[in-house]
Amino acid sequence: MTSPLQQKIKITGPSVITANRTWDGIVIWRTTAKGWSADLSDAAIVRTADEARALLTESIADDVGAIGAYIAPVDLRDAGAIKPGNLREHIRSAGVTIDLPVPV
Amino acid sequence: MYAYDELDRTIINERVEEFRDQVKRRLSGELTEDEFKMLRLQNGVYLQLHAYMFRVAIPYGTLSSEQLRRLAHVARKYDRGYGHFTTRQNIQFNWIKLAELPDALADLAEVGIHAMQTSGNNTRNVTSDQWAGVAPGEIEDPRIWSELLRQYTTLHPEFSFLPRKFKFAITASDHDRAAIKVHDIGLRLYKNEAGETGFEVLVGGGLGRTPFIGKTIKPFVHGHDLLSYVEAILRVYNQYGRRDNIYKARIKILVHELGIEKFAREVEEEWLQMRDSALAIDDSVIKDIRSRFTYPVYQKLPHMPDELKQAAHDPHFEAWRRNSVAPHKAPGYAIVTLSLKPVGGPPGDATADQMDAIADLADRYSFGEIRVGHEQNLALPHVARRDLPALWKALDRIGVATPNVNLVSDIIACPGLDYCSLANARSIPIAQELTRRFADHDTASLIGRLHINISGCINACGHHHVGHIGILGVEKNGEEFYQITIGGRADENAEVGTLIGPAVPYGDVADVIEDIVEAYLALRARPDELFVDTVKRLGVEPFKERVYATR
Ligand code: HEM
Ligand code: SF4
Repeated sequence: MTSPLQQKIKITGPSVITANRTWDGIVIWRTTAKGWSADLSDAAIVRTADEARALLTESIADDVGAIGAYIAPVDLRDAGAIKPGNLREHIRSAGVTIDLPVPV
Repeated sequence: MYAYDELDRTIINERVEEFRDQVKRRLSGELTEDEFKMLRLQNGVYLQLHAYMFRVAIPYGTLSSEQLRRLAHVARKYDRGYGHFTTRQNIQFNWIKLAELPDALADLAEVGIHAMQTSGNNTRNVTSDQWAGVAPGEIEDPRIWSELLRQYTTLHPEFSFLPRKFKFAITASDHDRAAIKVHDIGLRLYKNEAGETGFEVLVGGGLGRTPFIGKTIKPFVHGHDLLSYVEAILRVYNQYGRRDNIYKARIKILVHELGIEKFAREVEEEWLQMRDSALAIDDSVIKDIRSRFTYPVYQKLPHMPDELKQAAHDPHFEAWRRNSVAPHKAPGYAIVTLSLKPVGGPPGDATADQMDAIADLADRYSFGEIRVGHEQNLALPHVARRDLPALWKALDRIGVATPNVNLVSDIIACPGLDYCSLANARSIPIAQELTRRFADHDTASLIGRLHINISGCINACGHHHVGHIGILGVEKNGEEFYQITIGGRADENAEVGTLIGPAVPYGDVADVIEDIVEAYLALRARPDELFVDTVKRLGVEPFKERVYATR
């Protein structure tokens, strides 16, 4: 597989880096403090392809902590609050859109 | 039930310890994800949107009550209290933690369950008719041959790195419940004119991006030649299958590109060189496998016991019986399908509590045995007819007696965008909405047999191509859209459905399906002309007109 870093990076708006945590698989976002958070509002925002590449490079380097890191769009129009930029990312951050068979 | 021998138990246990070590090395950083990925996939561990997903094989769809209880235990202890039964006789857990996976596998191994080859480019779980061994008129129990293939293909070095995944399905009945025509190799056990039993071998069926119905490569192969013949097919595939392009890597593409005649000649040539090799199976091998399957000792019981006559006055019981109870080869017994398609529920999901309760009911009423079918329902294969009323009440209490088996709300659906990282669109909420629209049992009965199949992307895990109505999620400018096909079917007359027109948005899907069903009710020649037959007779035009005239 081509590494995400060899692929051409193009972003169309504010973005974040997201991945899954290696030991348990939960959804995480790269923070400004060079760590990961399970809360989207902690995510570091990138606005250019260069920024995105730099943050992705740093994220991928943490192979023990996270898997499958990639760039995901976010929506900041609600007074700067970080909201997922598409349905897929919405589902990743808010969970499935259905009632689970066993309530959590 | 089949009892694993010492060798199988050793293989499974060794595999758990091997994986435990691999996980440990992964978590310590000794193995990178690149190195680890293939190892985890070979043990059924995928990465989904929210978490890891763990796929466990249920060979030929047969489970003991003890095994089902253990699956419930895994759901409860390591996951979120439920599991998802899939179209390939597997069960998937959606929230498993990598760090806990070795323990989950060890717990499963104790009852002979594993996740080997439930993923990756190898031979996958060998599936079969969920009514194997109990269906009336069956030639012989196809699971004996499924088991032979399972043993032969498990960890087979030559088949561990195929160009792409490889799926077998076997049936021994006239009516194909195992969807053999949409598998890489489909096997139909039958008796030829000379009265000998053997296999019709089909090859190159498959769904996904490029659907194909399997073609007969050899009309008759003797049981003792089965392994050598199958190996010949796999060798030809291994040699010529496309490794350069993942979309062209399945055997169906090779068969299509070479043409079935040329492909068959290649296989024949390969086969003639080795048919009398060590792969020729002698009767003792089959006898040995056969002896490891245990069958219930059925009692002599009446076909129409008093309990059943009495219960027949209850219309709710009758509604359930008509849809869920099928004839059994033994007089006085029945096969009972448990619907995992409650109105408003996700198709194929069962909670740990339901699994435990079903295991108890299997002990009480079905000689401790449970079956899993590709329609994502369960079955109790050996129920005395006199127990049907009591069983029905018990099943109803745990929510698995919805009287909709084979009806419009018995929907096959993949996990879709709610879980799957490859998805374009959601499948489950579409299925849920449709079950609500068609919740009225009288309406559903009036409509009759109608299979709706939903996939959240072109990979077709929800068999949309072969649904009488197929729904495929696509993405258009970031929105969920759905293509609708009609006229597909997955049985012995398998066919790929025809697209009726442009994709429709999420919010319109249920209305469109209702329109199609209404059109069918108006168009069918007789009340017993099935939806697929009306489509066959009239083509898609009248349905298309109905759907798009006002949209
Ligand atoms: C993590 C979740 C899943 C992933 C990543 C996945 C991946 C795929 C892919 C890539 C294909 C296309 C293969 C090809 O055309 O070569 C496929 C096909 C298929 N999958 Fe899945 N799948 C998932 C879940 C499921 C589930 C839940 C089911 C059953 C409900 C299922 C059953 C099937 C079937 C029946 C096919 C089509 C038959 C064929 O192989 O041609 N899969 N899957
Ligand atoms: S069909 Fe697509 S969305 Fe559905 S489970 Fe398969 S890969 Fe995922």
